[in-house]
Amino acid sequence: MRHPSELVGRTDLSALPFNSRPSTLNASRRDFLRFAASSLGLSFAVPGLELRAAERRGHDRPKSFLTVWLGGGASQLETWDPHPGTKIGGDGGVTAIKTTIPDVQIAHLYPHVAEQLHHVSVIRSLVSKEGDHERASYMLKTGYRPEPTLVHPSIGAIVTHELPDDRVEIPQFVSLGDSNFPPRGGFLGDRFDAYRIFNPGDNGQNLRPRVEDDRQARRLKNLDVVSKSFQMHRSAKVERTLHQHTIDAALKMMSSNQLKAFDFKEEPAAVRAAYGESQFGQGCLVARRLLEEGVRSIEVALNGFDSHARNLEAHTNRAKDLDPALAALLKDLAERDLLQSTVVLVIGEFGRTPAINPAGGRDHWPTGFSCLLGGGGLASGQLLGATDPTGEKKQPESPIEVADLYATVLKQLGIDPEKEVITPIGRPMKYSAGKPIERLM
Amino acid sequence: MRPRSLTKTVLPLLVIVGVFALVASAARSRVATVLPESPSRLAGDADSVVTKLDRLMADKWNEAGIEPARAADELTLLRRLSLVLHGTVPSLEELRLFEADTQPQRIERWTEKLLADRRFADYFARRLARVFVGADEGQFILFRRDRFWAWLGQALHDSRPYDELVRSMISHKGLWTGVPEVNFITATADDGDINMNKLAGRTVRAFLGQRIDCAQCHNHPFADWKQGQFEGLAACYGQIKISPVGVEDDANKTYSVEDLKLLEELAKLPEKERDELSDEDRKKKTHRVVAPGVPFHPEWLPSEGTERTKLAAWVTHPDNSRFDRAIVNRVWGLMFGKPWLEPVDDLPNPKETGRDSADLLDLLGSDFRAHGCDMKRLIATIAASRVFRLSSEHAAFETGENLDAIEQQWVAFPVTRLRPEQLIGAMLQASTIKTIDQNSHWVQRALRFFNEINFVKEFGDLGDDELGEHSGTIPQALLRMNGEFAKDRSEGTPFSSIGRIGVMAPNDDACLDLCFMVCLTRRPTVEERLQLLPQLEGKHGNARGSAVEDIFWTLYNSPEFCWGH
Repeated sequence: MRHPSELVGRTDLSALPFNSRPSTLNASRRDFLRFAASSLGLSFAVPGLELRAAERRGHDRPKSFLTVWLGGGASQLETWDPHPGTKIGGDGGVTAIKTTIPDVQIAHLYPHVAEQLHHVSVIRSLVSKEGDHERASYMLKTGYRPEPTLVHPSIGAIVTHELPDDRVEIPQFVSLGDSNFPPRGGFLGDRFDAYRIFNPGDNGQNLRPRVEDDRQARRLKNLDVVSKSFQMHRSAKVERTLHQHTIDAALKMMSSNQLKAFDFKEEPAAVRAAYGESQFGQGCLVARRLLEEGVRSIEVALNGFDSHARNLEAHTNRAKDLDPALAALLKDLAERDLLQSTVVLVIGEFGRTPAINPAGGRDHWPTGFSCLLGGGGLASGQLLGATDPTGEKKQPESPIEVADLYATVLKQLGIDPEKEVITPIGRPMKYSAGKPIERLM
Repeated sequence: MRPRSLTKTVLPLLVIVGVFALVASAARSRVATVLPESPSRLAGDADSVVTKLDRLMADKWNEAGIEPARAADELTLLRRLSLVLHGTVPSLEELRLFEADTQPQRIERWTEKLLADRRFADYFARRLARVFVGADEGQFILFRRDRFWAWLGQALHDSRPYDELVRSMISHKGLWTGVPEVNFITATADDGDINMNKLAGRTVRAFLGQRIDCAQCHNHPFADWKQGQFEGLAACYGQIKISPVGVEDDANKTYSVEDLKLLEELAKLPEKERDELSDEDRKKKTHRVVAPGVPFHPEWLPSEGTERTKLAAWVTHPDNSRFDRAIVNRVWGLMFGKPWLEPVDDLPNPKETGRDSADLLDLLGSDFRAHGCDMKRLIATIAASRVFRLSSEHAAFETGENLDAIEQQWVAFPVTRLRPEQLIGAMLQASTIKTIDQNSHWVQRALRFFNEINFVKEFGDLGDDELGEHSGTIPQALLRMNGEFAKDRSEGTPFSSIGRIGVMAPNDDACLDLCFMVCLTRRPTVEERLQLLPQLEGKHGNARGSAVEDIFWTLYNSPEFCWGH
């Protein structure tokens, strides 16, 4: 028999005691609050004497997961798998540069990343079966192909679900930048959807009241009175909506000191300059600040890689934002001793065709594309897989399935990828259907 | 700026604005401002379907030994119906008309009025479109959701029979722009190819209310679906081809699937031989041809027509009760916020022995069929039933004892989270005195259109499974309390209801009443008056404006505003 905590229902209340154990129906209000709080990923308990996540470093620090999402599908050739001097690479305008990993070269568009590459490993043989943006984004964010009757949780949601941290008062799963297909909680519940910051650096969207303290206090007092009218004759039912609990939790968040993590303007000018003035660069800087506060999962999105025409131009343009920001991020995490506790993944929904089309672009290519993976104690400086330099063979050498990639990430974060949960449609489902990549563990 | 470049910049802009204004004014039409005279399309005799439905529910409550909730008051019913049929709360304009209406059968007549309003067709089309074409963005080149919405909306507005609509979705040919129903087919396109498996699964889920999807890969573990049945259904779509004239059928095309055994055979060949196979030869060696077929009652298939027209006739065949049971459960779900049986598209098989009058889906389903698959009649029937008109207050809802079991008996109207579209629709309407409909100024309608898109994006779309249970989340609470929308929709300007109520209400009492009416469709309680009236007393100008803004903010954030009840 499964432990009730492994059951996830179609309702967000499934984690609460009254669904699985009716005998606790008369639990005291305090119990309810506690359960409601933990189900919301928040605690109303006073933080203990334990050090806040923000102060811990190295192995001692709870692990986090950071994805840099290259939306639209970055070309492997114009990033981490350049094939210089070949028909597919050189003819497209790519040259290659040396990196801090011996014998590994990347596209010339990334001189700063090249200096920090030893912090991560390069995978050049990812394979997937999805060549459409929406379906492939789903696949690359969840490790599963889309299904009509079930929504799989994104890896970030699984991590947040499995590793809640009571000491973090701000959202524990944050998506920075305007991701076209933001990571979702899927069958784990809406509360595991990523909290979206569309304009990073905007001081945490919606996290400040719109009026002064006295008016805010009056509004809240009013709300209490109006809510009571609705609770009359249906208080248990209204309680179950968790409406008030989400408001209380939101208010707690609004008054948290940790909110300052969203404000990169506190950073020294030199640091800000290193990340770049782009919105993506600011997103990466905010991501680092959130990691310092102990936020569990973060996605920073950079769109615009869908280069069906003028591929080199599009990728050169994107690299202007990505190169300084990613390099600064890796360097900064390492210098602050945060890399040991943060799994970093740089990935998009697919790669791009080895052949250049008549418009000078590259089209979608879900076989043999690249990603960077490192941090969190994973092996670094490794090169995995290889693609055919002629571009004729579709299948890369030592192909790596997306599911294997995520099994690796989950295992490294201390989560059993094979753990099964019962989905709302009654079907048991593993967090990942893949096997961890031994070379990286 | 040189005159030439000025012309270059301004002229196109003028053209765009002009076209937009012309289209907007053309789209405005006068509809249903007069109350319908006939009280209802439903006969009130002892044997009417509403009477039977009420009897069925009464038997259910008797059997369970539970007293149902009292009847909800008529303002609550109007709010419920507006949210369900128009996706918004009643406007002040409508509320005044409603309160002035003293003729008998007010709710029945107003149900008809709401159904005749174009807002019903447009809103319901969007709800149903999620079922027919999914919530994914789809492939822009082959799929046009806006055209599909417009087609379905017009069809609902014209009261076209539902079975006819389904047949046209399954079987019609043409371009997704000119023949919008074919978007049902093209919505499944992956990488330019129509996905037959997706079509088979969606046909059964959307139109028959059952799930056959997992039989794509294996026999269903507990239902009767077999892999062969799934493949046969997919093969019914196997002759589709996409050409410059759109979706077509090619009678010579066969449908084949990859076969595990053939794959194993191939694996036994020497590697060199395998590598030398062309893509076509490889497919020949690993695929087997599947003939079109249906999982049950093949005698319902007509002998003539394309495979798709045959399938369409089979799906909608008068004896195929799964078809009507599915839409009844779906419409029930849209009206109550929760389907009669959950999940909405995983219904048990109907009785082979015929309709069961004690089964709600059979009862409403056979009436639906007997009256030409009339969607508006189905909605009016449910709206007229006692169970739809119950209050959401109940002793069990208060104490929480046996709540789950008691809720199964439908003894009170369920409290369910409003959809994001309903929430922003309600905020937009509450912040405006006049009704926002197709007769509104185009600026107003454009505002609603873009506000809805942005709000849903930030709030989180519910995806395909919009009838599943959802509780609120913290980011949603933050968005309601502090978001740009909440700020704009509670701002006292000369054009908003907030600004106008503050200035024009004759006294504080009336001012508070109006705030409550436009937001919550009710008047304030004694406790609420005690709390809120002092905040208005003696306030003028900006101070009064702020006080009204605070009240609107309060009401928008109340559970009563955010939850259907």
